[in-house]
Amino acid sequence: MLIGVTRETSPGETRVAATPTTVAQLLKLGYQVVVESGAGERSSFADEAYAEAGARIGSAADAWGADVVFRVNGPSIEEVARLRPGATLAALLAPAQNPELLDALAARGVTALAMDAVPRISRAQSLDVLSSMANIAGYRAVIEAAHHFGRFFTGQVTAAGKVPPAKVLVAGAGVAGLAAIGAASSLGAIVRATDPRPEVADQVKSLGGEYLPVVVPEEKQEISSDGYAKATSEAYNEAAAKLYSDQAADVDIIITTALIPGRPAPKLVTAADVASMRPGSVIVDMAAAQGGNVEGSVAGEVVTTDHGVTIIGYTDLAGRLPAQASQLYGTNLVNLAKLVTPGKDGVLALDFEDVVQRGLTVTQGRADGSGQISGEVLWPPPPVQVSAAPAATPAKPAAGGSGPKPEKQPMSAAAKLGWSLFAIIVFGVIVAFAPQPLPQHFTVLMLSIVIGYYVIGKVAHALHTPLMSVTNAISGVVVVGALLQLAIGDHTIQILAAVAVLLASINVFGGFAVTRRMLAMFSKNPVSKGN
Amino acid sequence: MSVTAVASAAYIIAALLFILSLAGLSKHESAKQGWTYGVIGMVIAVVATGIVVIHESTGDAANAGGGLSIVLLVIAVVIGGAIGLWRAKIVEMTGMPELIALLHSFVGLAAVAIGWAGHREGLTHVGHLEAQQMVHSLWNIHNAEIAIGIFIGAVTFTGSIVANLKLSAKMKSAPLMLPGKNAINVGALVVFAVLTVVYIVVDKDDTTGGGTIVLALITLVALGLGWHLVASIGGGDMPVVVSMLNSYSGWAAAASGFLLDNDLLIVTGALVGSSGAYLSYIMCTAMNRSFISVIAGGFGIEAPSSAGDGELGEHREITAEAAAELLGDARSVVITPGYGMAVAQAQYPVAELVRSLQAKGVDVRFGVHPVAGRLPGHMNVLLAEAKVPYDIVLEMDEINDELAETDVILVIGANDTVNPAASEDPGSPIAGMPVLRVWEAKDVIVFKRSMATGYAGVQNPLFFRDNTQMLFGDAKNKVEEIVSSLGR
Repeated sequence: MLIGVTRETSPGETRVAATPTTVAQLLKLGYQVVVESGAGERSSFADEAYAEAGARIGSAADAWGADVVFRVNGPSIEEVARLRPGATLAALLAPAQNPELLDALAARGVTALAMDAVPRISRAQSLDVLSSMANIAGYRAVIEAAHHFGRFFTGQVTAAGKVPPAKVLVAGAGVAGLAAIGAASSLGAIVRATDPRPEVADQVKSLGGEYLPVVVPEEKQEISSDGYAKATSEAYNEAAAKLYSDQAADVDIIITTALIPGRPAPKLVTAADVASMRPGSVIVDMAAAQGGNVEGSVAGEVVTTDHGVTIIGYTDLAGRLPAQASQLYGTNLVNLAKLVTPGKDGVLALDFEDVVQRGLTVTQGRADGSGQISGEVLWPPPPVQVSAAPAATPAKPAAGGSGPKPEKQPMSAAAKLGWSLFAIIVFGVIVAFAPQPLPQHFTVLMLSIVIGYYVIGKVAHALHTPLMSVTNAISGVVVVGALLQLAIGDHTIQILAAVAVLLASINVFGGFAVTRRMLAMFSKNPVSKGN
Repeated sequence: MSVTAVASAAYIIAALLFILSLAGLSKHESAKQGWTYGVIGMVIAVVATGIVVIHESTGDAANAGGGLSIVLLVIAVVIGGAIGLWRAKIVEMTGMPELIALLHSFVGLAAVAIGWAGHREGLTHVGHLEAQQMVHSLWNIHNAEIAIGIFIGAVTFTGSIVANLKLSAKMKSAPLMLPGKNAINVGALVVFAVLTVVYIVVDKDDTTGGGTIVLALITLVALGLGWHLVASIGGGDMPVVVSMLNSYSGWAAAASGFLLDNDLLIVTGALVGSSGAYLSYIMCTAMNRSFISVIAGGFGIEAPSSAGDGELGEHREITAEAAAELLGDARSVVITPGYGMAVAQAQYPVAELVRSLQAKGVDVRFGVHPVAGRLPGHMNVLLAEAKVPYDIVLEMDEINDELAETDVILVIGANDTVNPAASEDPGSPIAGMPVLRVWEAKDVIVFKRSMATGYAGVQNPLFFRDNTQMLFGDAKNKVEEIVSSLGR
């Protein structure tokens, strides 16, 4: 099948959906590639480089008319008509925000794969564009901030005096936030970060940042089930607002990354907070395109308040590193191609059983030979649980028998009850017919079995060995039996009993001694955790 | 207040103390108290019995043993105790599984001796007098108890000996694959049942010593069965086997209790038996094996057919210096030890490595698979010996989900417990066994002597993963080299 790579048409877009490197990888999967002339110009990829990698350089119509069209941004509604009915489109479509575009694509009979709708599961990470772009954008946000910030990031003590380090607050520790934390701390700044998900604290710390929790005692902290941040409760918002106000007065740079999928960005920093910052401070609002986290930010622009605070609202942060952004995006598309080309034969085949493929397919179109065009919108996909419990492992067929045994079905509750009752009745009958003192012994036996079972019910794994060696020592109690036999006045018995006593004594003394040695070794680090 | 009454009271107290002992041993905080309870219980039981023995053997009953009994008692206890203490003192922590298996065999043999003594008692004149006074059916039961006690004891004895030999590598650890081994096991049980009936019938009016011959046959069958049961189980399953033998030794004690009409033996034996069985059950769950087939024995792995699959790809090697660099740059490190660490005695250098990494601010933890080593909790014991604080030693379930966020995982002498085939290849002999998902980490360094397969005889695809690097050589030396490179 033919893959077309078109020139991006939206103003300011610098990226391209394929680079010479990824073209070569696509060819390996069995596809042919046509690249619209000049597509890679703004990412510094020349047509010749694509041709060298094995792509054909064609007109816009060639690229748009391919079987599979790779783009960075989705087409405008007018551009949908340039796609061939029955074609497949892979691009950033923002399906939640663009229902009309989906309708248009479906009506055109186009199967659309939204690269920004990849489910956040680890298997799909290799095609998660949001992650790869956010990573670049987070880094770039720090660079932009540093550019507008008229001071060092790192603290220095020089002959000419002391320079304090810059303090950076990163709001939201997603991929972009973490990239920003890493970039800022490697420049030497003091970095703090906030996020409604307490579980990211370790990740923040790992990149050199300090996690500032929003303390809301009465609220149960919810663990995010789908990997994205959720909208937060009111009590939480109040506590968070206070945190931001406090921090705004203290820090030099704020980078906000808070986005909730399918919703306008939450307002985190108010005009008052901005006003409380020192002149010369910089705010980068990475959510400016979705309405902004900062009051007063303007999408795509840099504004400076009367007070001297610079608010950067660039929406194309990732595109400001075009060559690398294109390379990563292109690789995401190659990984998608790998996923949907199981045969490596250049034939794209979608498998809706796969949650990843189902998740990113937002429209499915058909065009049969008679020119019939049909299509349906498949957005939104069924939810995918990210932190799902691992599926139960299939039972292993019983090994070691003569020939294969059928797999055992777990007994139903009724059958279990029936068997238990049956066993108890049989046991009861046996006891009833047994002469004294057997029933009494059976009573003791049964009760002891139950006690033994419950007593070690919750044994700590680490204590298995000491427990076993102590039970071993205790089972040396047969010494008692042997001792009793010693008292019988028959030499054979006495010798046998003496042997038994000797053996059991080894067991008793050895077992207890070895357990003692082991237990003495188990120590808890005295400095850790203070208990 | 007669001596017997005092003894009964002492037995009840001893039984209670044993229960408290087991309960105490299941938690770290109370483990040492548990041990003390056990010792006190044993002292009470033995002292009370000693008094009874002295009382009876010096009494004027026709069958009194006289002074000889007391002399034998003292000699046997002193010698046995000395041997036990000596063995316990010199044993290396890595040799713990062998020692425990060996100790189990002593209980088994003691139970056999008790059974034979019981039989002999029946043969003596005194025994006959007693027998005539007894109800006839009770005499049959008494004989059945002798047979059962000897049977369980003998199975425990040879089973433990074989386990000991396998664990100390004096015997090939691969499972013995006799044709129709299940038939052998079942056959032995049937023969035992038949012989027991014969023994009861013959012994009833025994004059010729025919009962002795039948009982000898029973002993032989049981010895053979014990040997075969454990011999046909692969070395990799030894943790379960040791725990199972522990349970058997308990049942042997309980059977002796039935024979001697002694409730203390029954209680204690049943306690050990059921707790040992439960422990085996926990281990079986960890290995995804059927509990029933373990208890019945002969659950050994089928001849590993996939061992000859050959190379699954290219493996990459790493030097100790490069590994040290990788570790020094890591933020979090997880060490997953296995039996290889015990064999190489690498626990001390490993502990040293942990300390030097912690000094560098690296977060180091251990991930221990429930069946790592040759004994449940084997790794924990070794790490404790090397003074690794136990709160950084985590179980598989505690750490498995965090492995994906770990920078470097050191696999030291573990193989099957980190084999991705268990979760990914349904055809693998270890399919379905829960394993440590080390392959999800950023980098995995595998310490190994060579590319040979693990105990289960299964090739490990982990070694050929892109993020896996092999560090060949003796684990102890290699870890020491890493520690010294880190120090530089």
